[in-house]
Amino acid sequence: MSVTIQAADFDCGQEIAAMTKGRDDIGAIASFIGLVRADPLAGEKINAMTLEHYPGMTEKALAEIVAHAKSRWALQAVRVIHRIGRLLPGEQIVLVVVAASHRGSAFTACEFIMDFLKTRAPFWKKEETADHGQWVEACDADEVAAGRWKK
Amino acid sequence: MSIQLLYFAGLREVLGVATETLELPAGIETVAALRELLAARGAPWTALVTTKNLRAAVNQEMAGPDARVYAGDEVAFFPPVTGG
Repeated sequence: MSVTIQAADFDCGQEIAAMTKGRDDIGAIASFIGLVRADPLAGEKINAMTLEHYPGMTEKALAEIVAHAKSRWALQAVRVIHRIGRLLPGEQIVLVVVAASHRGSAFTACEFIMDFLKTRAPFWKKEETADHGQWVEACDADEVAAGRWKK
Repeated sequence: MSIQLLYFAGLREVLGVATETLELPAGIETVAALRELLAARGAPWTALVTTKNLRAAVNQEMAGPDARVYAGDEVAFFPPVTGG
């Protein structure tokens, strides 16, 4: 399964090892890991972040994004892991690993998948500060980033 | 025939409801009409029309205001997504 939603942490090295095991056709692997940051835009310290999602739709949306990337670039394998639940600053949230014959497709498809994941996959973040919780607002820059992939 | 409604994130908290089953009244045929119907319940349901950039999905696919809603569908309302 190329897409997994889970509460548990992940190990990028293990995922890459599993992806390349027994293969000699992969020439390039690009990976992206998103982490929880303690410094919010508002200036208040974030103690934790809780990720909610829409079970069922999330998996479908991510599978569609991966399929879209595979139709656009020659990719040999894609792995996406997104965590849900309560995460602390410094913890890993999301992993995207893309394998291709050459680096160009791997780099580009990895960025494409992240841009669409940020704007199309139904996840929501709630930040916890010392005295309150606050849902993160969607960022216009993310829409711009996804929009630049229009052909 | 009924539809299944789901609410997520900040909208779920405002409404105090995560899911409900609704008998689909005659004449309610689109996502936009469904939003108006729910908002007519009064506060806090008015959030369905006042929330900035509220998104909808029909049967787990992103859906615009004109998307059709049929009996048996699963319709979700939620704020813009913020994962990754």
